[in-house]
Amino acid sequence: MISLIGYYTTQFGELWDKSLFDLVIEAINGVLKQTRLSNKQIDAVFFGNMLAGVLENNLHSPSKIAEILKVNIPIFRAEAACASGGAAFNLAKTYLEANSNKNILVVGAEKMTDYSPEETITGLSAASSGEEQEAGLTFPGLYGMMANYYLEKYHYVEENLAYVSVKNHYHGSLNSKAHFRKKISIEDVLSSPYVAFPLKVLDSSPISDGASAVILTNDHNMIKKQKYSAVVMASELVTDTISLKERKQIDEILATKNAANIAFKKAKITRGDIGVAEVHDCFSIAEILAMEDLGFWKKGDGGKRIKELTTMYGNGGSLIVNTSGGLKAAGHPVGATGIKQIGEIFLQLTNQAEKRQVKNAKYGLAHNVGGSGGTAVVTILAV
Amino acid sequence: MVGIVSYGFYVPKYRIKTEEIAKVWGKNPEDVKKSLMIEEKAVAGIDEDSLTMAFESASSALSTVNVDRSKIKIVLFGSETHPYAVNPASTILAEFLGIEKNYLAYDTEFACKAATGALISAQALIKSGYSDYALITASDKGMGKTHDILEYTAASGSVSFLLGKDDLILEILDFESFSSDTPDFWRREGIRYPSHGGRFTGKPSYFYHIESAAKSLFKKTDLSPKDFAFAIFHMPNGKFPVQVANSLGFSFSQIKDSLTVNYLGNSYTASALMGLMAVLEKAKPGDLIFLCSYGSGAGADSFVLRVTKNLSEKRRKDFTKVIKDKKYIDYPTYLKFMEMI
Repeated sequence: MISLIGYYTTQFGELWDKSLFDLVIEAINGVLKQTRLSNKQIDAVFFGNMLAGVLENNLHSPSKIAEILKVNIPIFRAEAACASGGAAFNLAKTYLEANSNKNILVVGAEKMTDYSPEETITGLSAASSGEEQEAGLTFPGLYGMMANYYLEKYHYVEENLAYVSVKNHYHGSLNSKAHFRKKISIEDVLSSPYVAFPLKVLDSSPISDGASAVILTNDHNMIKKQKYSAVVMASELVTDTISLKERKQIDEILATKNAANIAFKKAKITRGDIGVAEVHDCFSIAEILAMEDLGFWKKGDGGKRIKELTTMYGNGGSLIVNTSGGLKAAGHPVGATGIKQIGEIFLQLTNQAEKRQVKNAKYGLAHNVGGSGGTAVVTILAV
Repeated sequence: MVGIVSYGFYVPKYRIKTEEIAKVWGKNPEDVKKSLMIEEKAVAGIDEDSLTMAFESASSALSTVNVDRSKIKIVLFGSETHPYAVNPASTILAEFLGIEKNYLAYDTEFACKAATGALISAQALIKSGYSDYALITASDKGMGKTHDILEYTAASGSVSFLLGKDDLILEILDFESFSSDTPDFWRREGIRYPSHGGRFTGKPSYFYHIESAAKSLFKKTDLSPKDFAFAIFHMPNGKFPVQVANSLGFSFSQIKDSLTVNYLGNSYTASALMGLMAVLEKAKPGDLIFLCSYGSGAGADSFVLRVTKNLSEKRRKDFTKVIKDKKYIDYPTYLKFMEMI
């Protein structure tokens, strides 16, 4: 059995006085303190990060983490664009399946706001195919095409998408670590400027700095010693074509569908068992597609279901989604996001989610996407 | 007591509306206006630059007082758009004003606070007995890259002061300065347009330095916001001065008269001082005025000024009336005037 025994995240936001590794240090020290582990008790580290190589010419980050931790253990960097955190977690779990009685530190971090928006956006577009980059397609452009197609096909309007942002900003207002703590209205979303039609500023997640860390273990004695723990029931990573044009459908993310199907099968639970989920809402449309592709909502129903706001905290729904605020309001420091999502599920399942605590959730799901769906990681935790 | 003997300003007559720029870039003008609180900005003509505008404002400052120009032994010129990288504008200005050659001149640069820094230096030189008078000029033909947010704000204008010891209209009761290495806005040698750090120009830069310079001066003088009739801050846009005034405890009524940015834009070194021009039209003898400039890079200079009974109608300048003489230009004309095409 593999368990998650501790989680720490830094504040997400524009953290101009902190470097990438300042954030990594804070996250590592935070999670070690919480689990009362020393650096010497960590057997391996997996680090999720996308942009350090592109933006600051720092690729040999495992060695930097060895320097920070003052250890000489195996340390690996995982890169899968916005799913870098989820990929690092998935690799850590796989590592534990091959090694008994080990404690693994998984850190995800990104430093994005020290660069001009042009530099950061150019760096992020490294996650799309060469052809898409040459055509001038950015991620708002790609998701805008997906949104446009979805709205046309199922006869929805931009207002349907806006409910995602309203819900997630409300959740962000309850999370002290969130980049944005301000509640917004449907009118606010609809009147915000367009980024790539039909997506507007308030349909889009921000560029953020932040680092998050969890500790995984398969040492039973270690699990017993901990105050909080959650079982990792499944973590499945699936890939698909990098280019949107190569997909059979652009109103679904096949990698998400496949990863979810495998994860639910391995966890031996049904969709109805999940009480809390963190899904990859890089744009409002992405949460609607995710809810359908994960199997929570029927394909094409998402636009209607989101307006019911049953997935919003406090509305009595059986599944609450993106209690952290999601990428939209909690922020999206790319490499940290996948870890923060899993950490949020851990907080919820172990009753540490404070003002946004969902009652009686026994199972939780985290869904992390890289690019426009080239990679998807679905993780299921249980208590 | 050292202070201001007379003042002058110059605002070029050309204006470009926010709508005119926004429509070129497909932006909703109402969104831009709401975000920046700028309706229009002043633009210098094709035959104007920081030096010609400085000459206008300095001539105006000297026109209302009868001062022996040989007693002006200090001429300082603050700008971030000096006409030359090497070759002082201060000497050209002095020459054209007929100031005798036995004077100290230099150009100062500290982004938008180059002139208030010069003012602090000059008042110290007067106090030391080096000179009876000093001429301080702030002048800029502010320029932003096309499609940059600065395009809506960067404006043209100039303000000049004659500093002295006697017959003051405005006393400099005290001042403070607060500086740090904070690269929020910069322009390298040989590069035409300034670069900036977006929102980084706000909280850790503008707000941190102004709040620090203000609080330090409040502590030093044992004064608080309620003691002032007016407050004036550097105005990179219409929002920042209102927010910083609020955070320091000033009411909107204390700063509303100074908000020239709403209709003239941000004339860089002349920005906060242009606010003072508007305020001096209304200020009464005995009024305390709080002024705080800000320069990227970064630093802030804060001042406590007191209006004297010498601010008679003769020595007070019409501000509202003068700036009403304006002519609107379209975007291509703006590009031509700014020598961008």
